[in-house]
Amino acid sequence: MTPTPARASAAAAHALLRRTRCFAAANQIRTASRAFSSAPAGASEPQVHFLSANQKVAGDDELDVAIVGGGMVGLAVACALSNMPLTKHLRVAVIDSNPALKSMNYLKKDGIPDSRVSTVTPATISFFRDIGAWEHILQQRHAFFGKMQVWDYTGLGYTRYNARDVSKEYLGCVVENKVLCNSLLLRLQEQKEDIGKMVYPTRLVSLAFPSKSRNVGVAGLKPPSTEAEELCRSNLVKLDLSDGQTLYSKLVVGADGSKSNVRQIAGIKTTGWSYPQSAIICTVEHTAANDCAWQRFLPSGPIALLPIGDNFSNIVWTMSPEEASRHKSMSSEDFVMSVNRALDFGYGPHPNSSSLDHYVERLFSDFGGTAASTKECFEVPPRAIGLISERMAFPLSLMHSHDYVSKRLALVGDAAHTVHPLAGQGVNLGFGDAAALAKVISEGVSVGADIGDLSLLNRYETDRKAANIAMAAVLDGFQKMYSVDFGPLNVLRAAAFHGAQYISPLKKNIISYAMGDSKSPLFS
Amino acid sequence: MLRRVAPSLRRALAASAVPRGGCGARLPDPGLSSPHALPPQWRRWASAAAASSLPPPPPSPPQGPPRHAGGGSAASSLNPAEVAKFAAIAETWWDSQGPFKPLHLMNPTRLSFIRSTLCRHFRRDPYSAKPLEGLKVIDVGCGGGILSEPLARMGATVTGIDAVDKNIKIAHIHAASDPTTASIEYCCTTAEDLVKENKQFDAVISLEVIEHVANPLEFCKSLSALTAPNGATVISTINRSMRAYAAAIVGAEYILRWLPIGTHEWSKLVTPEELVLALQRASISVEEMAGFFYNPLTREWSLSDDTSINYIAYGIKKSEAPSATLQ
Repeated sequence: MTPTPARASAAAAHALLRRTRCFAAANQIRTASRAFSSAPAGASEPQVHFLSANQKVAGDDELDVAIVGGGMVGLAVACALSNMPLTKHLRVAVIDSNPALKSMNYLKKDGIPDSRVSTVTPATISFFRDIGAWEHILQQRHAFFGKMQVWDYTGLGYTRYNARDVSKEYLGCVVENKVLCNSLLLRLQEQKEDIGKMVYPTRLVSLAFPSKSRNVGVAGLKPPSTEAEELCRSNLVKLDLSDGQTLYSKLVVGADGSKSNVRQIAGIKTTGWSYPQSAIICTVEHTAANDCAWQRFLPSGPIALLPIGDNFSNIVWTMSPEEASRHKSMSSEDFVMSVNRALDFGYGPHPNSSSLDHYVERLFSDFGGTAASTKECFEVPPRAIGLISERMAFPLSLMHSHDYVSKRLALVGDAAHTVHPLAGQGVNLGFGDAAALAKVISEGVSVGADIGDLSLLNRYETDRKAANIAMAAVLDGFQKMYSVDFGPLNVLRAAAFHGAQYISPLKKNIISYAMGDSKSPLFS
Repeated sequence: MLRRVAPSLRRALAASAVPRGGCGARLPDPGLSSPHALPPQWRRWASAAAASSLPPPPPSPPQGPPRHAGGGSAASSLNPAEVAKFAAIAETWWDSQGPFKPLHLMNPTRLSFIRSTLCRHFRRDPYSAKPLEGLKVIDVGCGGGILSEPLARMGATVTGIDAVDKNIKIAHIHAASDPTTASIEYCCTTAEDLVKENKQFDAVISLEVIEHVANPLEFCKSLSALTAPNGATVISTINRSMRAYAAAIVGAEYILRWLPIGTHEWSKLVTPEELVLALQRASISVEEMAGFFYNPLTREWSLSDDTSINYIAYGIKKSEAPSATLQ
């Protein structure tokens, strides 16, 4: 289709725009842990157009890579592409109406941290270093942690991980999602002199993939040049945007979250289920700085207390939807009490050296040298003294896309898979996708491949599917294991904890897996 | 690196001097060029030293004005009806899951060999997205253009020739759908005819063709004549070894049915030693050789030192006496 009819349909697109807005507003809740902290995207008409349609010169609407969704993973794909020698020349666009994509300054370190945070693993950190974005993170709020304590409410088991066990300086780093996005944007700005040309502050209205039998214009109706242009375009993906523009791209990257519009238009099916659970996230304050990641499994689900710098910590608390709404509406004093109870004596005693401990230690002492921290005692997490952010609740689900790729399409991040957030792995898997996709595109460029070619993109899918499914299964298993309060199972669980605590090679592998280093905790 | 197989050189020399005689050849005369004298499965690729490629695409014979020798750049010169008709066939050549799947799978591997050797040969930056910019490259036996297009994307000025007119049409139509490949000049001709026109190229590439020609030595001489002095020549083919027989003929044709039965005739296959000698006699010194290794578990090809089945060779055309190559 030529641009003219597309522009003519701008009015129709406007009507659609309204609908998409509602959709986006609804999505806002779901992406709570992912998105920027700014006002809902649908709140106002995008004020500044980076590049209005009539400024464009001919051919400007043809792209190599169109990334739909400018969240953390979408920006990471753009950033990775602009950082590799073989892909930096590619014409890349990011389509997202989020006004936060316009802010290009360091976020203040001394403000109150946003409650949407991610626990990034060393693997993600090294990816960010490779693409030059990590130094921008270091200029903004972030909190490395070198210790981690996981225990459960039965009082039977606990395990403490220490970065020393795997000879590392830290186990991970907690970073606000908006800082991750901001750092990627800042890096992109360093790479591309005019990032405004790259970001399309608008929404995707429709996508048309090239049909198998190519449409060829009716003979004689158009001048030859138009015909040639059309032949080329018939081989590309056509993207209609809500501001009336039409783009053509060799490859579309769906980075638009778990309810991916791109995935739905492409007709890619998913498998998944909702957990009968919601997560509440918020920020709390302590009297002193917290330097450890804490996670306690409660009958209703895990509660995590993650350091986010200064005296602040982030809470991710999984519970039933009813409990979630109760905890969301109770007074903040009551909520803080509830949090402290959940992280201390609530629901059950502290784990201590029990007879079980003794046996387990005897049992596993034969397995060779124990990790240093196996001798570390159980600690009680620092108490929260106040709630300093709103409480946000969002439902949990597990979803896996049947395919990550089709001709001229690749799905990344939540669009391809969502996992239980209990180990903070979701976004790390997404960054893993971004790195793998960029690498495959670079390999494709090096051998002169069409970057939308399915056999090329299949290599990305093969690379990532196994890793993502394994992690989803591990996390789902964890979640299932803890969603049942059944005596014998509790003991098994405790034994598993003890196993993890005392078999050092296994423990090291679990840490490595959680850090994103190795493929599987059991066979590495 | 270059694998010199000294002990067998003499034997190979003898073999290439009397091209296919003693090897139980079904071809009565190596110099034979009439398609009708060939076994049926060979007629499709016939013509002495013709630059044809792997199996021809399936149905619908072309109609309308034959489009020989074509300046491929102008998509406007296409007849839309022809385009529509051939688009369907082009999809078969270009369907990476279709009958040409093995070639598609192998393509990135052979391209990475070509890329790295040509980058070194022409002192190009391997980290450039278009390292072959400004180089004139010819793809002899281009088929549907699955090698020509990547070469064009790497920046080369590509000419693709094939003896099969249908292939050229398909290649031409497919390339027209991408501005970077629309400039490829496809032409239904043979290496010999281009030699007669005194055409020369910086790099001459002919993959999986030499095993289909009637006279490999003459073919090498034609390739050499097309290569500019100090230019590069790249040839890939299948070894004439028991392993190659098992893998490429029994495996690929009879068991996996990747290729039509009769695609490769064992006696016509060329060993690395024979290829090195034939190229040497055509004033091309082989600098590097690599084998292709197929891993059936990962379904991926990779480069290896083992040239016992599929292999690829890169040579340099000697600068002296370029005219002496064709006699």
